Amino acid sequence: MVWKIFLFLLLAFVSVAGIAFPIVEKPSAWYEFPFIPGLEENAKIIFFHVPTAWVTVIAFLMSTVFSFRYLKNKNLDDDLKSYVAAQLGMVFCILATVTGAVWAKFAWGAFWSWDPRQTSIFALLLIYGAWFALRSSIESEEKRATLSSVYSIIAFVTVPFFIFVMPRIMTGLHPGSADDTNLGPVVNFKMNSNMLLIFFLSLIGFTILYFWMWQVGYKSLIYKEKIQKQLLRG
Amino acid sequence: MNSKAYNLFLKDFRSELRTRYAINALAMFIIVAISVILFSIGNEKINENLTAGLFWVVIFFTAMSGLSRAFVSEEERGTTLTLQLIASPTTVFSGKLIFNVILVFAMNAIIALLYGTLFEDFVIKNFLLFLATFVLGNIGLAVSSTIIAAIIAKAGAKGTLYPVLSFPILLPLILTCVQLTLFSFDGTSFDKSKFELAIVVSYDVIMITVSYLLFDFIWQE
Repeated sequence: MVWKIFLFLLLAFVSVAGIAFPIVEKPSAWYEFPFIPGLEENAKIIFFHVPTAWVTVIAFLMSTVFSFRYLKNKNLDDDLKSYVAAQLGMVFCILATVTGAVWAKFAWGAFWSWDPRQTSIFALLLIYGAWFALRSSIESEEKRATLSSVYSIIAFVTVPFFIFVMPRIMTGLHPGSADDTNLGPVVNFKMNSNMLLIFFLSLIGFTILYFWMWQVGYKSLIYKEKIQKQLLRG
Repeated sequence: MNSKAYNLFLKDFRSELRTRYAINALAMFIIVAISVILFSIGNEKINENLTAGLFWVVIFFTAMSGLSRAFVSEEERGTTLTLQLIASPTTVFSGKLIFNVILVFAMNAIIALLYGTLFEDFVIKNFLLFLATFVLGNIGLAVSSTIIAAIIAKAGAKGTLYPVLSFPILLPLILTCVQLTLFSFDGTSFDKSKFELAIVVSYDVIMITVSYLLFDFIWQE
């Protein structure tokens, strides 16, 4: 219970600080963010866009690891865990896409411009959209678990192409593209210490939030199964 | 490659020649798709970019309309169990893969010929590069669509789900192949397109490995 209050306070602080703290040329007070050329006032969305993208990666990675474990042990529990992780990953993936598109509107001038990163997150949405479509088309539980595990592993091996290869061969606007010289605000540490602190607090807060949501989702599915079994019996 | 896989391929080949279902459907699909594109272009002049993209669009949708037959036909005829009894999963996958590779090569050769005659901008300056792209791209396309076809055949929905499942898997291959086709139109040398060719080669190798590793699980389901 204590850590739930802690999580609430942490995320409340991050939200308030990320939105309300002013950006000034020469920060002197502890609550002032530095002015980063090229990002300007848009810099504030970094506290929400990067953590959602980070959680997306964790969630889909977890989903694939549990798929892998299902194929190894044939334990339906693993399939359930993988399913919950993928569901949450989809939610955070949509959030990352939307926050990214909003940021792109103000930084690059358009919501969507098929930058390599945008292409890869679009492919990620397609992969998991297809994955849920595949799951809903199969009745038998074991069959559904096996086939969707296989598909998620096949999809997983194509991910390096999107994350590491595509941005290198296509010119793009997102930090880390082929023609990018300054590696973005996070990698290059252009943020000052209080900005970095809030950034990492946000990262930690979102990660804890994800694992909590994942636990709640997993438990609710277990209870659902139990209730269904009892209803069938009685 | 053992002789059992070859025999399996021969079985598929003979039954295909008897019904000519896939060949007829694919040939008609190619004609329909290309004529739709030609009608929509009309008298407009389209550039090289668009020609290369449209070339792979037709290849993708043609593959999606015909390649799922390999495994779906076995499920429809109810011969899956017999196959499971007489051959190991690796052999079955090899046999189906050979059949699909040959089908993809035949259909893409026809598409390339039609594009060469019908589209003004389909002028290949670096023919060797185009040939390399064509061969590597076809292998990747055949492997990915064969393993997805195996999944589709086991799942209930056969028609609509196939392109949905295949597209994200094929996307890196198609994007790189469009780029390489453009290079071959521009007459870019092999040296300058080394990185893109390496991507396609690694895609093929990864997909072949993963398919052979995972096919056992699909087949025994």
